[in-house]
Amino acid sequence: MELDPLILSRIQFAFVVSFHAIFPVFTIGLASYIAVLEGLAFKTENPAWIKLSAFWTKVFAVVFGMGVVSGIVMSFQFGTNWSNFAQATANYLGPILSYEVVTAFFLEAAFLGVLLFGRDKVPAGLHLFAAIMVATGTFISSFWILSANSWMQTPAGFELREGVFHVTSWSEAIFNPSFPYRFLHMALASFLTGGFVVAGVSAWYLLLGREVEANRKALSMCLWLLLFIAPAQLVVGDFHGLNTLEHQPTKVAAMEGNWETSRNVPLLLFAIPDQENQRNLYEIGIPSLASMILTHEWDGEVPGLKDVPVEEQPPVAIVFWSFRVMVALGMLMIAFAVAGLFLRAGGRFARNTWFLQGLRFMSIAPFFAVLSGWFVTEVGRAPWLVYGIMSQAESVTPSLTGGMALFTLIGYIVVYAMVFSAGVYYLMRVLYVGLEDRHDEEDHEAERPARPLSAAHVPFEYGEEKRSTPANQGGH
Amino acid sequence: MELFDLPLIWAFIIGFGIIMYVLMDGFDLGVGILFPFAPNEEARDTMMNSVAPVWDGNETWLVLGGAGLLAAFPMVYTIFLPALYIGVFLLLAGLIFRGVAFEFRFKARTSRYLWNWAFAGGSTVASFAQGAVVGTYIQGFETANGVYVGGALDWLTPFTVLTGLGMLAGYALLGSTWLIMKTEGRLQAWAYKITLPLLAAVIIVFGIISVWTPFVDDLVRERWFSNLSVIWILPVLTLLCAFQIYRSVRDRYEGMPFVATMGLFITTYLGLVVSRWPYVVPPDYTLWEAASAYESQLFLLLGLLFVIPIVLVYTAWTYWVFRGKVRAGEGYH
Repeated sequence: MELDPLILSRIQFAFVVSFHAIFPVFTIGLASYIAVLEGLAFKTENPAWIKLSAFWTKVFAVVFGMGVVSGIVMSFQFGTNWSNFAQATANYLGPILSYEVVTAFFLEAAFLGVLLFGRDKVPAGLHLFAAIMVATGTFISSFWILSANSWMQTPAGFELREGVFHVTSWSEAIFNPSFPYRFLHMALASFLTGGFVVAGVSAWYLLLGREVEANRKALSMCLWLLLFIAPAQLVVGDFHGLNTLEHQPTKVAAMEGNWETSRNVPLLLFAIPDQENQRNLYEIGIPSLASMILTHEWDGEVPGLKDVPVEEQPPVAIVFWSFRVMVALGMLMIAFAVAGLFLRAGGRFARNTWFLQGLRFMSIAPFFAVLSGWFVTEVGRAPWLVYGIMSQAESVTPSLTGGMALFTLIGYIVVYAMVFSAGVYYLMRVLYVGLEDRHDEEDHEAERPARPLSAAHVPFEYGEEKRSTPANQGGH
Repeated sequence: MELFDLPLIWAFIIGFGIIMYVLMDGFDLGVGILFPFAPNEEARDTMMNSVAPVWDGNETWLVLGGAGLLAAFPMVYTIFLPALYIGVFLLLAGLIFRGVAFEFRFKARTSRYLWNWAFAGGSTVASFAQGAVVGTYIQGFETANGVYVGGALDWLTPFTVLTGLGMLAGYALLGSTWLIMKTEGRLQAWAYKITLPLLAAVIIVFGIISVWTPFVDDLVRERWFSNLSVIWILPVLTLLCAFQIYRSVRDRYEGMPFVATMGLFITTYLGLVVSRWPYVVPPDYTLWEAASAYESQLFLLLGLLFVIPIVLVYTAWTYWVFRGKVRAGEGYH
């Protein structure tokens, strides 16, 4: 059997990026949350804020550590698997990725140590400043990365000379047409992820009756945040969709499962796209609603997949279904945020067992929503890597063989599986130990250890807590 | 209008970044290579503590080098990486296991031996891969129209295996002299004991590589034996550094062996650079041919001029904070 290096490289990049993406999307949101907690602690001196901040900083340390480790691989994959692409786009992507390293890495390197280890060693104001700087660093990082990604989706500010991109306007290239929408959509997704994880974990602690006062405060805060940003994400997503309609109509056609360019297009709730025969099976839809959403007119014209040749259509089913998963999860998030508002009377949001159990489940929902959102945008631009200009097939490394690509694909899966299981296992340990364990450990730390996880103070194996918590009383 | 020879400036920046990376990550990789041979578990704790605060920053130079290479010399990036495809994977896998081991070893009790192996194995594989990269660079690449056209395992030759082993020995030497400087007592005595055998290994392997290199490449042969006789200063300086390591270990100096080992690396590195200059993708492309567009090099340079000094100050400060001897039981548990 002939192994196809192109397909294997696409799977490999999708795997590495998906695996990596779940960490930053969480740390970006969490960093801002920690900065807010630090601000509240600084202003009110209520010990609950410090307790919460100290706990979530531990979680941040673990997730940040995993994100860094899994991220190293990506910057090398452009060269190993997509060398033609790297060669053609280096004039733009090289400086952008380098700026990400020097601006974001620098801020994080300088202030992460202070945030993780400096609480009792630097003035409170400086510690707060460090928390704000770490949060800023995560946004600067995503600014550059999303600029690079958006440029590949909606390239601008360049001219082609002999197959190589030359930048003619840095501002047009960096702030390319889809960048503002993508950046805002991603920023809100990060807040939603951070918010639902904190809400879910707080709900779990409330169900167990652990540190009720602090966790109640945390949950209340999260619910206020989610009440505003979950619906806001719907609005931003709508604008992002309109922008995509303007620049990448074929992607929108795949999201809607729409084959013919037509008016009064229904919003499909269910369908099985049959790409071979260029049609849908078992369609269930709401008449004219897709036209209304996309053009804000009931009889607005919606582009169809058949506008482009079959070989320029993305894999429709993946885009179609990923989009529905993302939207459905978004709606669920809004429902929980609104339910939280109704449960506020008498503080029922912190007592209602059904609601709390639901929030526990919802803590993983944003990750699935983010991943399916990325599937929509990345699979949806297929077969292009630089939209309309450079295809995936042109981009792949010419010397790459299927065997090599398969070898490294399996290799990365094995490596990541081992790292990921250790990391998730350890994260579970940190969550299990909880907020209670802050002051009963000897502080061995030197002035500024550079390893994020040394901030977590939790042993790797079960059954070694220094003090029993309500969850494991009598263990020692 | 092109006022400056930007590719030349960038060659110095990238060249500086590479030697910074080699010297700094070199000693902490070396500590990992020596890890399994340490006298006891307590010594391993101390060894890891001696590099724990700085290794992460050291590795940042590699990421910076990768991104900087893509920005300034994309052709180097897009020929080296496909040519070394399997080697790059081994390097990254090694660095990942090593990075995770740093985090988890101090948290683990019963599973600690697993993280010991991850740390030592990851360091060894990554170091060997880096040595093979150097060997491949000397060997040259099969290219057509600026694209690598050779096979997946062309890089794996007896010569690159030798340079891989040379890098292992060299990094181990950096590691052992670092430990002499940073530790005391039994661990320091052990580090003194292994340094001279490691030095002997480095001299033997480097010697074979030096004799072999002119046969691997015509350009190097021509340059060594004809026009640029001044480069003979560099091997002489290298030998002087080696002698200085020997003498300072014999006389039980603590800092000098590490400094002299860094000197050994710098002179060897300069020797490699002048042998190949100005070819960055041998045998076909010079640094000017491999460069990215002028405006791209300029755009990034303007930013780096502000950031690099800050990074250097910050790096120096980190080393200053963690100066002095590392003792067992101190630090990161």
